[in-house]
Amino acid sequence: MSPDFLIALTLISNFMLVATSRVNKAIQIVVVQGVLLGLIPLAMGLGKYFHILLVVLAALVVKGWLIPFLLRRAIREVHIQREVDPYIGYTVSLMLCALGTGLSLILAHMLPLKAGTPVVLLVPAALATLFTGFLVLVSRRKALTQVVGYLVLENGIYLFGLLLVEEMPLLVETGILLDLFVGVFVMGIVINHIRNAFDSTDTRHLAELKD
Amino acid sequence: MRLYLLAMVFVLISGLPGVFLRRWGGEVAAVLMGLGALLGMAAAVRVLAGGPVAVLTLPPAPLASAGLLTLDPIAALFSLPVFLLPACAAIYGIGYWDDHQENARRLRLVLGLLAAFLALLVVSTHALPFLLGWEGMAIAAFLLVMTEDRLPEVQRAGWIYLVCTHTGTLALFGAFAILASVSGHWAFSTLPRAFAGTSQGTALFWLCLFGFGLKAGVMPLHLWLPSTHAAAPSHVSSVMSGVLIKMGILGLVRLLSWIPDPPFWWGATLMVLGALSGILGVAFALGQHDLKRLLAYHSIENIGIILLGLGLGTIGKSTGHPVIQVLGFAGALLHVVNHSLFKGLLFLSAGSVVHALGTRNLEQMGGLGQRMPWTSAAFLAGSWAICGLPPLNGFVSEWFLYVGSFRALGFYPWPWSLVVLTALAIIGALALACFAKAYGAVFQGTPRTRAAEAAHEAPRSMLIPMGILATSCAVIGLAPMLIAPALDRVVGSLGASTDLPPLSLLSSLPSLSILAFLLLGSAWLLWRWLRPAAPGGPLPTWDCGYAAANPRMQYSASSFADGLVGGMRWLLWPRSSGGEVAGTFPSTQAYGSHVPDPVLERIADPVFRVVATGAAFLRFFQGGQVHLYLLYVLLTLLALLLWMVA
Repeated sequence: MSPDFLIALTLISNFMLVATSRVNKAIQIVVVQGVLLGLIPLAMGLGKYFHILLVVLAALVVKGWLIPFLLRRAIREVHIQREVDPYIGYTVSLMLCALGTGLSLILAHMLPLKAGTPVVLLVPAALATLFTGFLVLVSRRKALTQVVGYLVLENGIYLFGLLLVEEMPLLVETGILLDLFVGVFVMGIVINHIRNAFDSTDTRHLAELKD
Repeated sequence: MRLYLLAMVFVLISGLPGVFLRRWGGEVAAVLMGLGALLGMAAAVRVLAGGPVAVLTLPPAPLASAGLLTLDPIAALFSLPVFLLPACAAIYGIGYWDDHQENARRLRLVLGLLAAFLALLVVSTHALPFLLGWEGMAIAAFLLVMTEDRLPEVQRAGWIYLVCTHTGTLALFGAFAILASVSGHWAFSTLPRAFAGTSQGTALFWLCLFGFGLKAGVMPLHLWLPSTHAAAPSHVSSVMSGVLIKMGILGLVRLLSWIPDPPFWWGATLMVLGALSGILGVAFALGQHDLKRLLAYHSIENIGIILLGLGLGTIGKSTGHPVIQVLGFAGALLHVVNHSLFKGLLFLSAGSVVHALGTRNLEQMGGLGQRMPWTSAAFLAGSWAICGLPPLNGFVSEWFLYVGSFRALGFYPWPWSLVVLTALAIIGALALACFAKAYGAVFQGTPRTRAAEAAHEAPRSMLIPMGILATSCAVIGLAPMLIAPALDRVVGSLGASTDLPPLSLLSSLPSLSILAFLLLGSAWLLWRWLRPAAPGGPLPTWDCGYAAANPRMQYSASSFADGLVGGMRWLLWPRSSGGEVAGTFPSTQAYGSHVPDPVLERIADPVFRVVATGAAFLRFFQGGQVHLYLLYVLLTLLALLLWMVA
């Protein structure tokens, strides 16, 4: 399986995520995306390095099992409605996502990168995923979908990290995973607290906290 | 050094057991703090008595430093109050702020932290630990000021302090950056000759003066000081006034020790600032009704006296007159120790008055001398010392300054040291008036309120630390020759390479102490002689023949000071309201007066209000929506990306 194929699937999952109207579905897509990204180093033929195998394993376990487990538990405990409840409609979101992806493809060519990048689609896909993550963060109301946005954002950073994967110290990637885990954990707590304080997990209510 | 570090550990953990203990927390903290103080002061005294300078060096790799912590004579001198005052405060806290008071456990914990950071700061001879100690001290002090954090007055004082201290630290960052760019490393070291005359040297001086002056409470930069000292619990005020503001002086002393040839105008600037703080500090103290605010303004005054000494010494150093240098620096450094002793004593005794009455207002006290004899004696001793009267310690340090200034008159073609002499004379007279007012209003006369009538003496745990401080004041005052060699060592490490004349040759200290004993003896004889033959119980104050005089007819604190405050109306701008009496049978009238702080209430408040109004449109960006903030991040990132590509 060529890495470009996996990256293309990642890009498609971005669009699916933006278009979906169900929280459960969004979580599924993020899990699929995480697993896809976890497999990319193997597809790039880096399976021979032990530390990269470790990274792959960690990514698969954290993104494929631990994070969805935490998110689903949050849904169960907080009784979140299934609607995504966006600020921006699905069609507009799709168009923005397409715009971002196109922009990333153009920008990636203009970036002053090291010559001999292993995979053509890697940089534009990283930028596009980053952009999608931000789009979800900015345009979705629920605290849980915000968590999904952070996850996608992190996936983008992970893709960028693959550029350096051969020299990348294990430490950096572990750092990213740990950071992510803590982020989800904290957001889980925040979600519960928002619900206790406002009887809903709508982040709009946080506006009451400003001066 | 090992002894010193052990002492630091003791004071650091002193409040920790109290967090978990149900009772005895205060006692445990006092014991640990006291042990730490004994160890630390032993280490300091060994260095001051001529022992070897202790150095703690880390491997040069991370910090590029030699001598990270150094217990040199300067550090040793400053570490004496740094250990003594928090220990006294901890003992005092047993009775003054027991576990029933709010945040008592937090207070004890943070007091230990403050003492440890102060101890670290004092021995730091490298920018990194110095700033660590500086910031740790500032934050610990902020938490201590905020002990009664439900009161809006306390919150305001705390926030003003926090803003001021961080502004000061910013200036210090700049100063240390200049220092590192000159010397090439972050460790403190003597700077090359002729550096002080360059523009970089000038910038270093002004940055240090601003950063350290803000902490010390030099007059135009003192805006945080009065409200903070009034808002904190009294034993915390005693540590803040006695030790914390001295760290600004420590910084200036360190600066002067790096410069082999300070320009004349450095000394002149220090001197003028000292005169300004000294005179204005005591003048504003006269107008206060709040006992602790009054004492806080006196801290500004005493910082002024210390700066006068530093200025005198710096001029002596820059013009090559070792006599002036020794007397100026010795006066300033001894006054640092003296002020922490007697101001600590004053704040502690004021604290027991506040503890007994529940108010800080001078107009609601009176007649406490009979009800609280020991506190009254302690306050009297502190007042005596702070006014610079013999035979207590305040006199000795001011004596050095007087002798130095008089000598300087003969050395120089033009008599600039008249500034020091005039300022010291004015300060001395006004301080005497101010403490006559404070002592009279609090302890003399008859009680003005029922609370004052029912007042009782403080418990022994509060009297013991006052006793320790008062005894130290008396020892320095009666036997100044004991500390002269130590001062010589400190001044020596401050001075240039030339060997300086010893202090004992310059100031005839033994005759001072003989005079002091003579004075004491004759005072005692006079008292024996004038004492009424048959006392027959306490009598009311003589009421000039009026019948049925009541407590409201006696001099109040404001009316006592009114002559002086009115005379300085052009300087103090007092505000008063009411008090107009009209008609044959006037109705009840109310009268109030207030002397606003010149910098905080007349400059800083209006300026910042205008800035806040002008910046109100920025609130538009704070929508309160997480999404909006994330959108800002996204837009910034996109802009940066496009900018990088284009």
